[in-house]
Amino acid sequence: MNRAIVFAGLAAVVAGCAGMQGETAYHEQAVAMMKRDFHTRGIAQVDRLNQDELQRVCTQYGDHPPADVEKRLEAVEMASIKLPADGKYMGDWKRGQRIAADGRGMTWSDKPGVSGGSCYNCHQLSPRETSFGNVGPSLRAFGKTRGFTVENQKYVYQRVSNSKAFVLCSAMPRFGHSSTLTEEQIKDVVAYLMDPNSPVNQ
Amino acid sequence: MKHALVLCAALGLAAGLAGQPVSAQSEDRTAAEFDKFREVLEEANPAELWEVKGEALWKTKRGPKNASLEQCDLGLGPGVVKGAYVQLPRYFEDTGKVMDVEQRIVHCMVTLQGFKFEDLAKAPFSRGDYTPDPVSLVTYVAGQSREMKIAAPQSHPQERATYEIGKQIFFYRAGPWDFACATCHSEDGKRIRTQNLPNFTKPGESAARGYIGWPGYRMTGGVMHTLQWRMNDCFRQQRFPEPGYASDTIAALLTYMAVNANGQTYRGPGIKR
Ligand code: HEC
Ligand code: HEC
Repeated sequence: MNRAIVFAGLAAVVAGCAGMQGETAYHEQAVAMMKRDFHTRGIAQVDRLNQDELQRVCTQYGDHPPADVEKRLEAVEMASIKLPADGKYMGDWKRGQRIAADGRGMTWSDKPGVSGGSCYNCHQLSPRETSFGNVGPSLRAFGKTRGFTVENQKYVYQRVSNSKAFVLCSAMPRFGHSSTLTEEQIKDVVAYLMDPNSPVNQ
Repeated sequence: MKHALVLCAALGLAAGLAGQPVSAQSEDRTAAEFDKFREVLEEANPAELWEVKGEALWKTKRGPKNASLEQCDLGLGPGVVKGAYVQLPRYFEDTGKVMDVEQRIVHCMVTLQGFKFEDLAKAPFSRGDYTPDPVSLVTYVAGQSREMKIAAPQSHPQERATYEIGKQIFFYRAGPWDFACATCHSEDGKRIRTQNLPNFTKPGESAARGYIGWPGYRMTGGVMHTLQWRMNDCFRQQRFPEPGYASDTIAALLTYMAVNANGQTYRGPGIKR
């Protein structure tokens, strides 16, 4: 009886290992195939296929890594965030609005250095803009609900700069880390969420 | 005659729509116009134009070898077109790999007709008045599977392996924005702006929704596109480098999506927003 259970357990472990090995083999074949098939076009260089550690871990665990790995790598991302040297997080919300609606940047059809934040692709923000995605949560009245504090300004600055410092396998790009947005652009977007006069907070 | 008139009216409407600037306010109206447009088209589907053109291309002797494509084997034997589309991608003995419909047609154009792959890959996507021949051919072949069930085979070990490789590619996160296909296409009810994102990770109706609408007449631009174009443009949005036209990477992704759509009915080449 006990023996049967041990055997069943062993069989399950062995089957599990075989499954894992199969997956690793397919993963390696997939990577080799992509390296063969892709080419550089415009600013989208072929070396973009190479994963950094975060991308590798999120791919490996299907975006749900073990808690200890998650905590360790989130801390690495947090430490890499460069906060503004002048200690100010807020820019101009009007410019921030244009950046939030601008979906350009980093594709092979974009020019280098011309990027928006694509925020509306994934978030609701101002009630006046009815064309918004829902990959991320609604950010409507964000400052008004959370409070117009410097603490919260800093949080939004860090979030936009590197969302992976908070949720390791977040769908949201690391706009600062990837040099998609400049420090000034991030400040403008922070103002769009955190300025009491911004339409987001009306 | 009536057919032709309705089609002309529909295409005129499409051209008008394509020229409109898209703003938030006009989105709802555009959606309403689109529904109206779709109704008009129930009588005359613009994709049929390309089906007719593709059929002529299939049957005409062309290329350096002055041959037609009537000996092309799409998996059901040389020259069998009926029902071939819904059973692709599949494994082919002669190439030793799993191929999707466009990759296979291009293969036939090269081997039977003597066209050069490099020439076919130079400008493979429709634009303005230009439609590449493989696009018309794919539309013709797909039209010959109307109302049949998607049945991408998984009996050959290579077909099963290609499904698994396609799945790995689908979940592969990379690039400056850390995106994978799965970042946008692995949950139900998600949107980018107002565009619905099909969830391809769950076999059945949901995965099928995004797969069976192709090839499609795209109102934006007024051109016919195949899944080769859709894959190319999604990799662009994913901030990846460019995938090769009719490459194995695309065939693997299409295998993953087709198998997850198995059992659903293919309605034929259609209309996209
Ligand atoms: C590809 C989709 C995507 C894009 C583009 C995106 N986000 Fe996000 N964002 C998310 C998701 C998903 C979350 C939810 C938390 C998580 O998983 O990281 C999120 C979370 C946030 C949060 C935290 C919300 C909270 O409740 O604390 C803020 C703030 C935010 N995003 C701001 C922005 C801004 C500003 C932009 C544009 C510069 C942007 N996001 C672009 C997907 C996106
Ligand atoms: C950044 C988000 C994003 C990523 C990443 C992405 N897609 Fe898409 N995909 C979209 C959007 C948006 C549409 C809808 C476009 C439209 O409606 O015109 C779409 C449409 C599609 C369609 C057609 C759906 C239909 O209803 O006809 C297919 C198929 C598809 N994507 C597959 C993929 C595959 C495979 C990948 C990975 C190579 C991928 N996508 C990566 C955003 C994305």
